[in-house]
Amino acid sequence: MSIEIDLIFKKYKPGRREDLIPLLQEIQENNGYLSEDVIVKAGVYTGLSTTKIYGLATFYDQFRFIPCGKIQIKVCHGTSCFLNGSQAVINRIKEETGLQARQTSRDGLLSYDIVTCMGGCNNGPVISVNGEYYTFVKPEQIPDLIKKIRYIIEND
Amino acid sequence: MEGLKKILIDKVLLYESDSLPAETEKILREVRHEKNDHAVIYISSGTSSIIAGSEKTGLAIKAYINENAPGAELVQVGCTGPANFEPLVCFQLPGKNKLYFRNITEEKVEPLLNGLFHNDINRDDLVGQSGGQGFEAWPGFPFIDDLPFFSFQKRVILNNCGCYDPENIEEYIARSGYRAFVKAIRNYTYEEVCNIIEISGLRGRSGGGFLTGFKWKQALNTIASSRYMICNAKESDPGAFTDRTILESDPHRLIEGIAIASYAIGASTAFVFFRQGSEHARRRLQRAIDNARDFGLIGHNIMSSGYNLDIFIRIEPGAFVCGEETALISTLEGRRGMPQLKPPYPSTFGLFGKPTVINNVETLMNVPLIMQNGPEWFRALGTEKSPGTKVFAVAGKGRMSGVIEVEMGTSIRTIVEDIADGIKEGKELKAIQLGGATGSFITSEDLDITVDFDVMKENGIGMGAGGFVIIDENTCMVDLVRYYMEFIRNESCGKCIPCREGTGRMLGIFESVVKKPLSEDSGTTLERFKGVMQLETIASVMKDTSLCGLGQMAPNPFLSALKNFREEFEEHIFDRKCRANVCRGLRTFSIDVDKCTGCTVCAAKCPVNAIYGTRLQPFFIVEEKCTGCGICFDVCKFSAVIVK
Repeated sequence: MSIEIDLIFKKYKPGRREDLIPLLQEIQENNGYLSEDVIVKAGVYTGLSTTKIYGLATFYDQFRFIPCGKIQIKVCHGTSCFLNGSQAVINRIKEETGLQARQTSRDGLLSYDIVTCMGGCNNGPVISVNGEYYTFVKPEQIPDLIKKIRYIIEND
Repeated sequence: MEGLKKILIDKVLLYESDSLPAETEKILREVRHEKNDHAVIYISSGTSSIIAGSEKTGLAIKAYINENAPGAELVQVGCTGPANFEPLVCFQLPGKNKLYFRNITEEKVEPLLNGLFHNDINRDDLVGQSGGQGFEAWPGFPFIDDLPFFSFQKRVILNNCGCYDPENIEEYIARSGYRAFVKAIRNYTYEEVCNIIEISGLRGRSGGGFLTGFKWKQALNTIASSRYMICNAKESDPGAFTDRTILESDPHRLIEGIAIASYAIGASTAFVFFRQGSEHARRRLQRAIDNARDFGLIGHNIMSSGYNLDIFIRIEPGAFVCGEETALISTLEGRRGMPQLKPPYPSTFGLFGKPTVINNVETLMNVPLIMQNGPEWFRALGTEKSPGTKVFAVAGKGRMSGVIEVEMGTSIRTIVEDIADGIKEGKELKAIQLGGATGSFITSEDLDITVDFDVMKENGIGMGAGGFVIIDENTCMVDLVRYYMEFIRNESCGKCIPCREGTGRMLGIFESVVKKPLSEDSGTTLERFKGVMQLETIASVMKDTSLCGLGQMAPNPFLSALKNFREEFEEHIFDRKCRANVCRGLRTFSIDVDKCTGCTVCAAKCPVNAIYGTRLQPFFIVEEKCTGCGICFDVCKFSAVIVK
C-alpha cells in the first residue's frame, strides 16, 4: 500500500465510525477506486468487520471497486437532458463501447457513468470527458469523439 | 490587505450602530467596485456558465485586457439567473451603468470589447443596462429590470447572486454581510433568535413547509449536552439546481445563515451535507468557510462573544434517499443511508442521539435577511400563511431558463408565460413538472394555482425542492413517467418492501407498455393488460405503506400523469401508438420507394438485419424483424426512412 494512503489514514482518528465515509471518499479520490487491501485496512482501523464496510460501500453509488478508465465519460441524464434526448446518447455510447455504465473496458482506457444533472440544463444533452464539457451532444457525434480522445490518450 | 481586514472587523462588523460613518462607507464602496474610476468587466462563473464556456471567455478577456486596456479589471461573479444567456458578461465604464451581454463565447470577446472601448456597441448581444446606482444611463438601451424575466421576479435571497465575487469575503462584508450574525451573537440570547424566526413565519423550503422557528425551539428546549446543526444541500433531483447555484453565487450568506441557526439552537458543530459531483460549488464553499474562519467568524470565541462554532463539509456518497432527514443522519454517523421510523424526530433525537436541526439551503438563506430587516419585513412579503419568496430552477423547454425567485402568491402562469417567456419554437405547453423526481405534473388548466404551501397542498401538488420543468407537446408522458420511475427504482434504498418491490414492478409494467413485445402471441399482451390494471393498486399501496417520503411519493408522477393524460396512456396500451413519436418500441419504419437510392447504408447499419434489397434499387424493411431502434432513420442521407 502506498505511502499516500497511509497518510490519509493518519488524518483520521482510529475507531470512529463517523469518519468511515470521509475516509473512503478521500482514498477513492486519491486512487480512483477502493481496492480490497484498502477496505480490509479500513476495517482494522475503524474496528468494523470487512463485510460491514463492503455493505456500506456498495450501498452508495460513489464507491467503485474496479479502477476507472483513463477516459472517463459522464453523461448527464437529468430531466432537462432527458427531454433533449440524452437516452439516445447513452444508447450510442453503450453500443460504441460495449460497456454498461460504471464498467471499465478491458484495456483500462474507457469507462462511463450516468449522472443526474450536471448543471448545464440549457445546453443539453451534456457530457463531460475527463472534466471537459461537451454541450448539445448528438448521438452521431459519439464515435468520432471517442476515437479522437482515444487517439490523444494513446499518443500521450 | 491586513489593513482592510482590520477595518472590516473593527469598524464594520463590530460597529454598534446600523448606519456606518461616511468614511467607512467610502472604503466599502471601493471594495464593492462602486468607486467607478476604471472599467470593470464581470463574468459569471457558476457551473452552468462553465459548461457554456465561461472559463475560455474569461481567459480571452484577460488576454485582451493585458494587451489593450491595462486599467480595466476582471471580476468573476456568481450566476445572475438566466442560464440560456451564459456566458453572461457585464461591462461597466467609469461613471456609466453596467451593460449586460449574453452568450459571449471566446471568439466574441475581441469584437465586443473593441466596440465597447471605442463607443461602438454591438446591440445584437446586448441584454440591457442595470439601473438604480446613480450612474449615468445609456440612452436608448433597455433596463434589465424591465425585462419580463426580471420584472416579475422578487429577488430577495438571490439579490447578491451575480453581483459580487463569491470567493471574496471582504466584498460580502462590504455588502453588510455577517453583520446580522455578529449582532445576533452579541445582543441576543438563543431564545430571542428563535423567537424572531418564529414570529417571521419562515417555513422550511424543502417541501414539508414546517415552521422553522418552532423546529429550532424544539431542539433548543430538549435537554442535551450538545446539539447539531445540519444544512441539507443534497439536491440530487434530476433537474434541480437551485441549491448549487446559491452555493456557487453566494456561499457566504449560507454560512451566515448556518451560523445564526447554530447559535439559535446552541450548537457548536454544524455540517453542510453536500451533493457529490459539484466540485466547483464545494471548492467555493470550502474557501468561504476558510475565509470566514480567517476573519474570526467561525471558530473559538467568535468576536469575543464566548460562542464557538465549527462548520464541516460532508459529501454525500451518492444515494438519493439520503436527502431524507433520518437517512441523512445515518450517513453522517457512518452507516447505510436508510431512513428510520419517525418519531422521535431529529429535533429531539438526531445525530449521535443529540437534538439536531436539519434545514435546507434556501431556508437558511432567509435567516440573515430576517435578522437584518426584522420579522415584520419578512411577514410583509408573500402571503399570510406562507411569507417570503420561493426559488425555482426553471428548466426544460421554456424560452428562458435558470434560477428564479418569486414572491409567494405568484401564479404559476406568471412563471411560465412571463418569466420563462413561453415555450421554445412556439410549441404548446403540455405540462409542468414540479418538485423533482417524486413531484407531480400540472397541466395548462391549473396554471392559476399560486405558489403557496397551503394552496399547493390543497391541489395535491408538492412544492418540492424547487425543480420546475417545462414540458412541451413533443414529450411523451408515458416515457417521462417511466424515466422518473427508473430513477426512483435505482435510488430506492431497499429497506421497506413496498418501495423496493413496488418501484421495480411499476417500472417493469411501464417498460412493457413502451417496448415492442417480442411476439404478440406468447402471452405478453395479457401480461401487459394485467400489469396495467394493477398499476393504480400498487401506487396506492406504496403511498400508504412505505416508510419514508421517497416511497410514499414515488407514485406521484404516475398518478398525476394518469389523472391528466389518461388518453395518452390508453393510446400506448391499446393502440400501441405514441403520439409524440418518442417511444422507440412503438414506432414503425418504412422506406419511401421514390426517395431511396439503394445506397445500402441502412442495411449495413441495421443491428437485426431487418432491411433487405439489392444495391441501387429501393430497399424495404421487414416489420416483424424491426425492433424500432431508429438507426436507419438516423443514418439515411436522403430522408427516405419514414416513421409512423
